[in-house]
Amino acid sequence: MNRAGALRRAARAAAAARPRHAEFATEGAAAGGQIVQQPPSGAPPVEGNGQDQGGPNQLHRRFSTLPWTNPVTLQSINPKILKTEYAVRGEIVTRAQNLQQELIVKPGSLPFEEIVYCNIGNPQALSQPPITFFREVVALCDHPNLLDKSETHALFSSDAILRAFRIIDNIPGRTTGAYSHSQGIKVCRDDIAAGIAARDGYPANPEDIFITDGASPGVHMMMQLLISSEKDGILCPIPQYPLYSASIALHGGTLVPYYLNESSGWGLELNELKQQLQAARSGGTNVRALVVINPGNPTGQVLSEENQREIVQFCKEEGLVLLADEVYQENIYAEGKKFNSFKKVARSMGLEDKDVNIVSFQSVSKGYYGECGRRGGYMEVTGLPKDVKDQLYKVASVNLCSNVSGQILMSLVMNPPKPGDESYEQFAEERDSILSSLARRAKVLTEAMNKLEGVSCNAAEGAMYVFPRLDLPERALKAAGAVGMLADVFYARRLLDATGIVMVPGSGFGQVWHTILGSSYLKANVAIFLLRSHRRSLIFVVALASLLHSCRVRLTYA
Amino acid sequence: MASGKVMDPENLNENVKKTVYAVRGELYLRASELQKEGKKIIFTNVGNPHALGQKPLTFPRQVMALCQAPFLMDDPHVGLMFPPDAIATARKYLAMTGGGVGAYSDSRGLPGVRKEVADFILERDGYPSDPENIFLTDGASKGVAQVLNALIRNDRDGVLVPIPQYPLYSATIQLLGGTLVPYYLTEESNWGMDVKDLQRSVTEARRKGITVRGLVFINPGNPTGQCLTEKNLRELIEFCIKERLVLMADEVYQQNVYQDERPFISARKVLMSMGPRISKELELVSFHTVSKGFLGECGQRGGYFEMTNFHPQTVDELYKVSSIALSPNVTGQIMMGLMVKPPRPGDISYPQYKAESEAISLSLRRRARIMTDGFNACENVVCNFTEGAMYSFPQVMLPNAAIAAAKQAGKAPDVFYCLRLLESTGISTVPGSGFGQKEGTFHVRTTILPSEKDMPGIMESFKRFNADFMSKYSDSKSKL
Repeated sequence: MNRAGALRRAARAAAAARPRHAEFATEGAAAGGQIVQQPPSGAPPVEGNGQDQGGPNQLHRRFSTLPWTNPVTLQSINPKILKTEYAVRGEIVTRAQNLQQELIVKPGSLPFEEIVYCNIGNPQALSQPPITFFREVVALCDHPNLLDKSETHALFSSDAILRAFRIIDNIPGRTTGAYSHSQGIKVCRDDIAAGIAARDGYPANPEDIFITDGASPGVHMMMQLLISSEKDGILCPIPQYPLYSASIALHGGTLVPYYLNESSGWGLELNELKQQLQAARSGGTNVRALVVINPGNPTGQVLSEENQREIVQFCKEEGLVLLADEVYQENIYAEGKKFNSFKKVARSMGLEDKDVNIVSFQSVSKGYYGECGRRGGYMEVTGLPKDVKDQLYKVASVNLCSNVSGQILMSLVMNPPKPGDESYEQFAEERDSILSSLARRAKVLTEAMNKLEGVSCNAAEGAMYVFPRLDLPERALKAAGAVGMLADVFYARRLLDATGIVMVPGSGFGQVWHTILGSSYLKANVAIFLLRSHRRSLIFVVALASLLHSCRVRLTYA
Repeated sequence: MASGKVMDPENLNENVKKTVYAVRGELYLRASELQKEGKKIIFTNVGNPHALGQKPLTFPRQVMALCQAPFLMDDPHVGLMFPPDAIATARKYLAMTGGGVGAYSDSRGLPGVRKEVADFILERDGYPSDPENIFLTDGASKGVAQVLNALIRNDRDGVLVPIPQYPLYSATIQLLGGTLVPYYLTEESNWGMDVKDLQRSVTEARRKGITVRGLVFINPGNPTGQCLTEKNLRELIEFCIKERLVLMADEVYQQNVYQDERPFISARKVLMSMGPRISKELELVSFHTVSKGFLGECGQRGGYFEMTNFHPQTVDELYKVSSIALSPNVTGQIMMGLMVKPPRPGDISYPQYKAESEAISLSLRRRARIMTDGFNACENVVCNFTEGAMYSFPQVMLPNAAIAAAKQAGKAPDVFYCLRLLESTGISTVPGSGFGQKEGTFHVRTTILPSEKDMPGIMESFKRFNADFMSKYSDSKSKL
């Protein structure tokens, strides 16, 4: 390594000894993406504290003097939007945002000091650091003047500089400030395709890649393409990530549920798929696609290759597009488990483009990189006829292109430093430390959960979530019913109010409501192992235990 | 059915198939092919300044680099390459995020940046703006799609769109399954809009059973380049009040004005100046972006929309839809902040920022002149002056023989002309039919973005092509 590199590293090591971002006084307050709002100077004073997050009641009061003669009212907006639900940022999150404001306005007024957002896989909001090499390259690409300066070698690793040169030299205009090809910059698609080929051992075609602002727009594009009316159905797992239900609702299609089997570790069973498909078809629904999330969200299971083969065969036989959400492909924690892409499995079965349609979604937001705010993602669309792909391209082009530094980041994720590169050692260390910490947290958390009375939890084999089942006492159910809440929402709300921990109730993902011996089971999703440390995870588990306890106590004396 | 070709073009969503988006249509695809074959192509089809050699402003990019790689600020060498105000600004924006640019933000965008946008609107218009009604987006296009999605329920819902228009509107309305209700801009009065025409369009649409719900206008105009007067805007607002329409103001070119008689004035400012009850009644959405102006940061995908006088629950519904996409890209949000809150006099970076941005603005102003003058010097071509935005939209009076030749080739006449232009000069334009034009008229849209030194050469080669074309198809000659 050159001298400048050594200097750079020493300086950074010294800096790292200081607390990270110590100078950002508002970090705690901003952790959930919220900070206090001051009304603009000169703005008329508003009723209330003016700093509310905008709950409907607050706003109603503020505008209450207006006569509502508007052409656009809740009754006259697109009903598909009204019908759409999105629990990851729903009721509980709104409540949490309000509590956060309360903590700022009246510190010490609540039984906890901060809100811990476990509702969403947003690791960098919970202090996970970014991968240095990736950020070096995007910084250089965003400010390519640096590349021409000799001092740059004092600040950046040499392979980051080379990579930035290679990317920027291959972007028309040598700039990240231009709209790119609507499928994404060619050199980025080339790198992504190379990464897929290296991962799978089967070739990938850059022309099949559509780079998108995160994985979500790709999902929307496919739904838009597949759904013409409510007669078109999409098979979705239950529990599922609500992006799918929301996107299907927005596009006016029908969600055809299939249930994952909790007692077999959230297994995906072919019989269940077949039954649901037949039932939907006999009800007149034209089922067009099957969504599979692997590793699972929120369920965390990693599918076996055997299971994947069955699924591919099923899609081929039944003429379904396989929409494979593979955004957690780097997040595997269970011993002996391995991620296999559906495309690889199909190719290993001898199935080619002409045999089966597979769309694979990937993102920069998950894995060890966790670059949620960068909004990078891609979908690899295989098996579609050229003229259909042209239609997809047209839809992509209406939005011009996805954000360019997100595109670059996606290409880096799929083509990271290799052994022998200057950055490799540091890169591998950063990656492994994040992944092993996630694995430890997954383990500690599931074990601790399973020690609690009334809680059982499947092992989180992958992804970023645990999804424990809480067997709530009869009285808790009644208490929830008395306030008109679903029992899991009631529970999540109580947990939030008592501890400041934000979870998503299982009903937001869909769940089977069992009734055995007169009592319902309830599941609450907890994105818990993104928490900062083991200590924090344990605090959470303790909180959960005491809450279950107090819930009973309170109800007993109620 | 079980062939594996589930997604046969036959059974795709009809709305997808029907959608037309000319900016990246046939001409663009042909130009890309030619480029692959090694021909030099001058892309004037998309307002994409950096792709045509415009350099990004230094200060925003310095801040961006530091936000991307915040560990640089811990490095003792950072001062060698970054001025202190860029470092301070990067720290300011990082403090607004919860965990840097790698964390999802609030789905409407970072509250700190929305506050800066609100301050900018106050400073620009003299009327306060509420950050709670501002949504940051991945470029303005996403915002347009989101608002139209809430407005359009089915194919009986109509939205008034100017013709010629930027095809984002027609494409999005088509994708969402709504109905576009056209109103025509008048080329003879410098692409002005006439309320009588608007009225006629609404009446006719209603007669057909369409519920007209919104009106789009673009100021400065795309592709037409005109700047609206305050009087024009008042009429528009009064019209929308009378007809109970949502007004959608595409104001993404507000920094791109090339004459002094009609400076940009926002619809919101005019609305507020009209006083209650109108100022409290009209539902207005205004769009802005980092892609235009002298910043021209298209690849960053930053933008915002501001909702004025909307029902709070409707705002909440839009928030819900935003939340499904989680959040707009965070660096694009920061770029939006940098656009609305640039360095001020006294800041270290101010002189350089001012010099760079003025150089771009003045050069664009000169190019607007060179281009319109160049078109007007061509046979059978007339072009209104590009008062604003980034485009010239000359009318080409095609001889009958050319129209016949186009028909024979199975092309629309303007597409035929543009393809010929592309093949013989490498200039990639968009035919007027992609934007809509009055029956029997033919236009070409070019951006004014090629570099100033290339501009005379481009206009010269256009003129030569046009002269050859006109002489080849001249009506008198074809009669021989």
